[in-house]
Formats: sequence, structure tokens, C-alpha cells
Amino acid sequence: MPGPEARALPWKALVAIAVLALAAAAVAVFAQRGTRARVAENERLAALSVLHSVLPADVHDNDLLADVIEATDEELLGSTRPHRIYRARMGGAPAGVVMEVTARGGYGGPLELLVGVLADGRVSAVRITAHRETPGIGDGVERKDWISQFDGRSLVDPPPEDWLVKRDGGSFDELTGATITPRAVVKGVYNALLYYKQHADSIYEAPSIAVPL
Amino acid sequence: MSPDEVIARTDAWHDHPAFAQLLGLCPLLAVTTSVARALGIAVASAIVLVLTSTIVSLLRKFYARELRLLSYVLVVGALVSAVDLVMHAWLPALYAQLGLYVPLIATNCLLLSRAERLAWHANTGFAAFDGLSHAAAIVVTFVAFGALRELVGHGTVLAGADLLWGGSGTLPGVTLFHGGVLLATLAPGAFLALAFLTAVHRRFVGVRRAAEPRPAPAARVG
Repeated sequence: MPGPEARALPWKALVAIAVLALAAAAVAVFAQRGTRARVAENERLAALSVLHSVLPADVHDNDLLADVIEATDEELLGSTRPHRIYRARMGGAPAGVVMEVTARGGYGGPLELLVGVLADGRVSAVRITAHRETPGIGDGVERKDWISQFDGRSLVDPPPEDWLVKRDGGSFDELTGATITPRAVVKGVYNALLYYKQHADSIYEAPSIAVPL
Repeated sequence: MSPDEVIARTDAWHDHPAFAQLLGLCPLLAVTTSVARALGIAVASAIVLVLTSTIVSLLRKFYARELRLLSYVLVVGALVSAVDLVMHAWLPALYAQLGLYVPLIATNCLLLSRAERLAWHANTGFAAFDGLSHAAAIVVTFVAFGALRELVGHGTVLAGADLLWGGSGTLPGVTLFHGGVLLATLAPGAFLALAFLTAVHRRFVGVRRAAEPRPAPAARVG
């Protein structure tokens, strides 16, 4: 049966709700304005802390986020998209870089790496930032105790012919039950070092791009 | 209204939001995988609940009955927007871990239920008291869930507690044993925990449904 008679609402009721809607919107805008600066600063610090996980903060005195270029090299950097290279300087002199590198040949697809390279060409650290490897098998490359085997290595340590996993006759550990993923990561780091060696001068000279955070 | 009547209408312990009313289960099941996270979402929800009930009660004279739901939603929406933005700015690591569930507080049925069942009909003091009593029930329940799931799932308690004061969740907490059952930290484990704690609540506390406080539109409570 039909429900109670709907009554026409007095205009005051509609004004009241409109006022509430405006007040609610005002609260949201006010809160957003008040927190905007702090959120931007937090994001900056988070981005910096990711970079510092592969390159220690004490090797440089510049702002990494303000000193960056984009480079494209399908062969060595691993994809056709531009890869960011953050330049670290100490007193104006080159101190190292953090490179975005794509390691092709992973089991589930390419892996994204961040490779920290010191000015003299040694790896400071490597970190995997994205991958599609099998959990429990290939994803072991993310573990600190595996990925840290690259710390301090360079193109002469080990020599180029030993930049392979042990199973292929090289010096780097693979993982139990997974060889494809470690092989791809070793290759990716090696290519990053090669790129750095070939382009060292232009990397530091090129003008910085603006980085939207 | 007598104290007994007040308690009967706001008894959040016997007419428990999660175990008796079965409201607000989404955040309860999703993000209570550790005490730190559970406390984070519970306190955020509690703040919004108390403020919503209070404000709805303050504004009830201004809104026609037909528009009251709209008024609840606008109040909750504004408060959740504010809490969400503040958390994003001051507790970024906790906010990142709670993710989607902070804005989803706006859809928490318990908030709308308290507004409709009580705050709309009651004076402001009563509404605030109701908000506080349900907020207390929420916090206790979420922490109990978080403790149970974290303990069974990881063997720790209070791991990552520094999330609650702006840290990045690196505090290891108290480790009672190593290992743990992974299931407890996943969705099925959450349902099992709900079943278990509901049974415990029923056995030791008992369910007593609060008196239905929806009088005819002309009558007012308090």
C-alpha cells in the first residue's frame, strides 16, 4: 500500500542542507590546504630515503632529487623508456650516481632495479624495486643477504668474464631452485656498470631535469 | 531518563557493535593484522564516531526528517576527509599501511547506525556519551583482534608500534615465539578470529540487545 504522503519540503530545509554541504566542503578544503606542505615534504623524504638505501648519504652534499637526468639506452639500461639517473656530488665533484635499471630476462618479466654506483665505478648497493618473480622462488633476489653480494663490486672485480652466476661459470651466487632470476639481475647490474663507464662524463655534465614528485 | 535507561540505550558492551550488531566488520577484518594497525584504524574510527554523533545531535533541529540521512553522510564525509588528510600528513607510514581503509571509515555502518538510532533523537550530551561508549568498544575490540591475529600469525605483539607516533614501523615489538600460522594474517583467519571472539563474547559477556530507541517522530528522548 502506498506509504505516508510525501510532503513538499519547505525551502528552509533545502537551504539548511545546502549550507551543510558547503560547510562539509569547506572542512575538506581547509584540511587539504593545511596539510599540503607537510605531505609534499613527507613524499620528498620518502623518495630520498629510497635513494639513500643504495647510496649512503655521507658521500654527497647535494640534493639528489634536484640533480637528475633521464637517459635512454635499450641495450644497457634495459628498456626503451627514459631511465632516471640521480647524480651525487661532494663539494661539486662527482661522487656517484643512483641509476634506474631494468634487468631483462626475469622469469616473470623484467625486474626494476636501483643501482648505486660510486664515482670510481664500484657498486655501492643494489635494490630491487619491482618484479614479477615467483614468490618463494625467484623473489629471493630481494633478500638482503642475496642482493648485498654486489656491494663493492666493479667491472674489474670480478673481471667481465666472471660476471655470471656460478652455475654459468661466474662468481655470483644464484638461488636454490632459481637460476633465471639471479642470472637476469647479474646481467642487469653488469650492464648498469658498463653504461656508467661509457657515459661517466656526460652523466655528470648534462643539465638536470625538473622532477615532479 | 534514568541511568538504567541511558545504559540500556547505549550499551555497547552487551549490544556489541561487532559481535552483536555485526556492524563495521570491513575494517575489523581487513586491517587488524597487527596491534599497531588495529589501534590506528580504531582510534581514527572512534574520533569520527564521537564527533559524528555529537554533531548530528547538535544539528538535528535544523534538518527535516526526510533529509536526515543526507545530513549524516555530509557530516561523516567531512570528518573522514579531515582525518584522512591529517593522517596522511602526520602519520604517513601508518597511513600507507592502512591504505584504502581510512577513507572507508565513511562507509562504516556503525557510525551511520548510531546517528540514526540515537544521535538524531537525543540531546547532545547523551549522543556524545553514546559515541564514546561505542568508541571504547571499538578500540578494545580492534586491539583484541589485532593482538590475537598478530600473536597467532607472527608470534609478536606490538610490532611496528612506532607507526602510531609517526615512525616507519621498525620497532620489533615483543616476540613471544617465532614462526606462526600465516592463515591468521589473511582474510580467512580474520573470519575465524571473528567467530572465536564472538563465541567468547557470547559466553562471558552475553548479548542483550539495547532497547530500540526509535520513537514516533513527535517524541524526543532526553
